[in-house]
Amino acid sequence: MENIQHLKVDKEPQATLSMDPMKFILWLFVVSIIMLFASQTSAYLVRRAEGNWLEFEMPRIFWYSTGVLLVSSLAMQAAYFAAKKDDFRLLKIAISITFVLGLTFLWMQFEGWKQLVAMNVYFVGNPSGSFFYVFTGLHGFHIISGIIVLIYAWIAVFKQKVHSKNLRQIQICATYWHFLDLLWLYLFVFLLTFN
Amino acid sequence: MSAIEGLDTAVHHPEQAHHHEPQSFWQKYVFSEDHKVIAKQYLITGIMWAVIGITMSVIFRIQLGMPDSNLSWLKPVLGAWISESGKLDPNFYLALVTMHGTIMVFFVLTAGLSGTFSNFLIPLQIGARDMASGFMNMLSYWFFFLASVIMFASLFLQTGPAAGGWVIYPPLSALPQAHQGSGMGMTLWLASMAFFIVSQLLGGINYITTVINLRTRGMSFDRLPLTIWAFLITAVLGLISFPVLLSSVLLLIFDRHFGTSFYLSEIYINGEALPNVGGSPILFQHLFWFLGHPEVYIVLLPGLGITSEVIATNARKPIFGYRAMIASMLGIAFLAFIVWAHHMFVTGMNPFLGSVFMFLTLIIAVPSAVKGFNYITTLWKGNIVFTPAMLFAIGMVSLFVSGGLTGIILGNSALDIQLHDTYFVVAHFHLVMGAASAFGLFAGVYHWFPKMFGKMMNNTLGQIHFWFSFIGIYLVFIPMHYVGIAGFPRRYYQFTSYDFTHKFMDMNMFITVAAILSFLAQFIFLYNFFVNIFKGKTAPKNPWRSNTLEWTTPIVPGHGNWEGEIPAVYRWSYDYSKPGAKEDFIPQNIPYSQTLESNFPHENELIATEKEIEAQNFNDQFNTAH
Repeated sequence: MENIQHLKVDKEPQATLSMDPMKFILWLFVVSIIMLFASQTSAYLVRRAEGNWLEFEMPRIFWYSTGVLLVSSLAMQAAYFAAKKDDFRLLKIAISITFVLGLTFLWMQFEGWKQLVAMNVYFVGNPSGSFFYVFTGLHGFHIISGIIVLIYAWIAVFKQKVHSKNLRQIQICATYWHFLDLLWLYLFVFLLTFN
Repeated sequence: MSAIEGLDTAVHHPEQAHHHEPQSFWQKYVFSEDHKVIAKQYLITGIMWAVIGITMSVIFRIQLGMPDSNLSWLKPVLGAWISESGKLDPNFYLALVTMHGTIMVFFVLTAGLSGTFSNFLIPLQIGARDMASGFMNMLSYWFFFLASVIMFASLFLQTGPAAGGWVIYPPLSALPQAHQGSGMGMTLWLASMAFFIVSQLLGGINYITTVINLRTRGMSFDRLPLTIWAFLITAVLGLISFPVLLSSVLLLIFDRHFGTSFYLSEIYINGEALPNVGGSPILFQHLFWFLGHPEVYIVLLPGLGITSEVIATNARKPIFGYRAMIASMLGIAFLAFIVWAHHMFVTGMNPFLGSVFMFLTLIIAVPSAVKGFNYITTLWKGNIVFTPAMLFAIGMVSLFVSGGLTGIILGNSALDIQLHDTYFVVAHFHLVMGAASAFGLFAGVYHWFPKMFGKMMNNTLGQIHFWFSFIGIYLVFIPMHYVGIAGFPRRYYQFTSYDFTHKFMDMNMFITVAAILSFLAQFIFLYNFFVNIFKGKTAPKNPWRSNTLEWTTPIVPGHGNWEGEIPAVYRWSYDYSKPGAKEDFIPQNIPYSQTLESNFPHENELIATEKEIEAQNFNDQFNTAH
């Protein structure tokens, strides 16, 4: 028995890999959203390749809303850095900015829809228009879910529950918000390229 | 347990694990967050659905086998669906076929199989107190329940449930004018499936997170039981493919209710053109089968995992080719995503594309054969114990092989021109996916019933159930291949008006009789299952002398699974009949330092690492942030 205990170690035990389950759940959730939009955009390409495709120019407002969403993402990141440094004043300002810009983005998307209608591009009609509404609508739906996550984080921030020792909530919120931003960027570039 | 003695780093207080307030009846049995209760909820719901789904198949089998019979005796149940002259309504026949497919594929073999055993076994076999998120897990079941209620309600519509086939191809499913089932029935079908997808995503995300993050000390990936590997890969398949189904269902809903034209184009009804232009029905098929094909493996892989575990335990031998088993499952999972178009060979696709998909499809035979051979070589020269679970596991291998062989035939794009949508296809997928997975489910229920309910099921009844089911299944589906080659198309109400079908009427009747026989055999199981929950003999702690961690828990584990510390894991789960060992099994929580008589040289070297395994954190979620 003793002899065996003194055998030399040439194999390290493998530590069980482990990360925060909640963050892991978020990433898996992100994967499912990616698959949802991947299937939508490939359906778009398949359908587009078949011809009979209405071409129209994307209203300007979608360029501006993209900018707004990008800025909101920067504000979100600023909020995260502020939380890390326990700078509560900046944290409150930054997360509020993110929240307002998120709502602004939604409103601008809705304005964009109105302009599309004015251009005679309807949800019901040629699939090229329908797909445009479905993409923006589905993304908007996810933005709403992001805003709900943001509201929870916002409440936590104003209850002083977010600080450098307790970053989990703001990390989850920031990751999701950045993802939604990137997702829109993808859809935007996609719709510009394959119009 | 002695291995844990003298452990200086164990900053752990066992009593903390059971600091739960007494729970009300609702929290304990209805809206429970305990994975074991949720697993049982899935199982019981799945069994109820199976009874409904299989009964439907018997009704339409009677119509197919005995088209002239008088079905008036079914009037009390089916009401106006049986005509005055005792004939089954042809519209209802289509609805029956559709609902049978939907119920069996999604509600029984996806939710009932994966939902039950992933939930039950993942925490128990990896050494976790519960799932990563008990709340999400509860939500997953109740979304499934909601989906079930909606689907069940659709059975009672006056216009009948959805009737466009379980694959709901548009335009049949998109236009209410197409069929009476395409109205409200299809609406409810789509609503139900949307909730079902949400349920599966919530469940799957939980399974993956739990397997990756909550394994106990020493439970490295190469020590995971194959069941867990199978559930993990199944959940990954679901996570990637169910959003795509959601996508296709969503566009179909837009087409149906908002008038868009994703799938509809230039359709004339009674000489009048519909307003829809520019859609593509083939687009739906691409989206659907991108889920549909992985779905086959979502159904099958848990069965394969359960079979691995049951066969190794009851052959008293280590599983043959553990790593090859994992690799083949990964291979099957990968291939699952690039073969979907083999369901669409006859949609007018480019023949070159067809041959690419044919090639990829036939490659699936390689990992499947690896699995088949590994099961058989595990059985080879084993001390086989023929428990009902073992019988069903061996039966599963048999069905998997015989059903898989016809897959090689069907995968050929040229042969598919003849065989597409015939009973050959029906026989193929019922053997390889339906019956094989159902046998995996039965193997799992018989094997883990003692752990679920703390009682034993009756062995003799289990064996009788097996032989009737096994023989019955083959008697149904082997003749069905011939009917298919003869050219019988699926989903036809009756075959009495064609010349070529006459000489097969006897065979069709034979199939029906065999189907009724195997249907009746299932009541033996139902009796055995439900009676023994209450009246069964109390189970011993480890009735099958198995190695995995769930058998180290109390006979009826409470919430948290282990009283006191979670055991650490030192070895893989297949140390059966190890030369030199005292017993013919060595559980995973026995360290090598206690089994010097049976260790291999490289295992003696692992003894030095045991202290370090014990020094690792417990990964006990009840002690942190609970």
